[in-house]
Amino acid sequence: MGRMNGLVLSLGALGFGILYLPIIIMVIFSFNAGKLVSVWSGASLKWYAGLLENDQLLSAFGTSLLIAVWAATIATIFGICIAVAFVRFGNFRSRLALSAIASAPLVMPEIVTGLSMLLLFISMESLFGWPSGRGVDTIIIAHATFGMCFAAVVIQARLRDFDMAIEEAAADLGATQPFIFLSITLPVIAPAVVAAWLLAFTLSFDDLVIASFVSGPGSSTLPIVIFSKVRLGVTPEINALATVMIVVVAVAVIGASWAIRRRLSGRDQNQ
Amino acid sequence: MAPFIRLKSISKHFADVVAVDDLSLDIEKGELFCLLGASGCGKSTLLRLLAGFESPTKGVIEIDGQDMAGVAPADRPVNFMFQNYALFPHMSVADNIGYGLRRAGMRGTELAERVDSLLKLVRLHKLGGRKPHQLSGGQRQRVALARALARRPKLLLLDEPLAALDKKLREDTQFELVDIQEKLGTTFIVVTHDQEEAMTLAGRIGIMDAGQLVQVDAPRRLYERPKSSFVADFLGTISFVDAVVASRDQTSITIGGYLNICAACDDDLPVGAAVKLAIRPEKIYLSRTKSGNVNEIEVVVEDLAYLGFATNYRVKTASGQMFKLQQQQRRSLDAPLSWGETGYVHFDPQDVIVLQD
Repeated sequence: MGRMNGLVLSLGALGFGILYLPIIIMVIFSFNAGKLVSVWSGASLKWYAGLLENDQLLSAFGTSLLIAVWAATIATIFGICIAVAFVRFGNFRSRLALSAIASAPLVMPEIVTGLSMLLLFISMESLFGWPSGRGVDTIIIAHATFGMCFAAVVIQARLRDFDMAIEEAAADLGATQPFIFLSITLPVIAPAVVAAWLLAFTLSFDDLVIASFVSGPGSSTLPIVIFSKVRLGVTPEINALATVMIVVVAVAVIGASWAIRRRLSGRDQNQ
Repeated sequence: MAPFIRLKSISKHFADVVAVDDLSLDIEKGELFCLLGASGCGKSTLLRLLAGFESPTKGVIEIDGQDMAGVAPADRPVNFMFQNYALFPHMSVADNIGYGLRRAGMRGTELAERVDSLLKLVRLHKLGGRKPHQLSGGQRQRVALARALARRPKLLLLDEPLAALDKKLREDTQFELVDIQEKLGTTFIVVTHDQEEAMTLAGRIGIMDAGQLVQVDAPRRLYERPKSSFVADFLGTISFVDAVVASRDQTSITIGGYLNICAACDDDLPVGAAVKLAIRPEKIYLSRTKSGNVNEIEVVVEDLAYLGFATNYRVKTASGQMFKLQQQQRRSLDAPLSWGETGYVHFDPQDVIVLQD
């Protein structure tokens, strides 16, 4: 028993070590005073200060944030629609085919999604002139497209164990459909909606592959800028930037899991 | 005058399942009516038809003289209390109760006062600010009742209103429900699978089986004078004796063969007609010695169960006929009959139910 525990523990430590040690080292070296990323020469915040003066990085950060917020919002709205269609409309015709189509982007290689999106935008432009060129709007559309599949999965799970009787109760008490959805359904599934939004936000914020296909001049997202900088050599500035990104994404993920957990404990109390 | 609620030859089919089968029923204003039946007998479907969540495949539903065909749930003078209460989990107790009133356009102090009086009605006046998950089962049940009563419906439909409560709480709540019903004079239709609950609550009970009403009557008549062996067997415990009429006079029939039983009977049954006699366990008396009463039969005790307030026996006659009976423990010093002992049962001819199905 003791030996088993020891084995499990060391395997666990190895796994987590492989996962997180590089990240921890990177975070540590973002506070390095020296210019070399692999030699420690005293603590400093100068790379963070440098980030604040780097207009290119700051504007890329702003672009990423803008894209992620819009993409997450659009993805969540469509995700709700997909979830409602699949959970509420029963066994409509071609349901299986539609649900396969709706969840395919979950497993589709990003490079395929990116390339097909690019081809779509180009042919749209030649057909009716919109979108003219690639930019923030095309990235938002692309990110919303794959984000909504994730959002739909998260919201569907919540909607599936939603007690239909409470909607009937609202109808019985004189409410009509759109109002029932806004006053009853949406507030009850709100934790899942928040979780879906944060998930879509995170996916958009750290996406490199799709964004690099559908971005245009002046619409470089943070991952694109980082990637192009790294090709010229890794500087501690990049470490600092990556650390900031980790914080942003971690906050979103922790927020999402908190929202889901709150929903679970709320349901336990209801039973 | 037309009855308050009239169901005329209602049928409801789901794909090829017939949930309600050509059912007709009249209910008077202010009645507390119980639909009793095993699960899957169609009683909940009938309730949902009245509420308007489903529409009948055939037939007419009239409430207060008005045809309900095509009338949405929200527009019916009917409210529904759901089995698991279906409280809105994200709203406070007061907001739950006020939901229907707000929909009706009520605001401000009028709304607050109405919610307050409803909270008082169900004895929850200090808990208006709580969320449903902070309440006990019994409190949630009362919130659901208050919410369903808020719009002053002419008819309240209650789907298994007490099923989610534990036994002790259920008994108290039964009386409370009847009190509130009497106070408001609202017509209640309660669906339940619990006989005791139906007997306690209802003025009349409709027993349902396979989508049809088998018998509609007051609880006492259903129990004492069931019209079919299904109803006799469904309500409480009963012993059946298959028999043929051997002789009859003005008021009774006698069966012959293995057993000689005399039963009061006004029906015009000819000699030779096949009948089923049914006797309730508490109407059968068991003694050690012969008493010389009518309908006295020698039996052997097969099984007994001591319940404290009474003892349940299963006894067998020499011809193999079983009787289930219940003996009240009046004096604790009585030496009860035990397994394998021989005794005598007897019962009054008036207490024998004669069934012809």
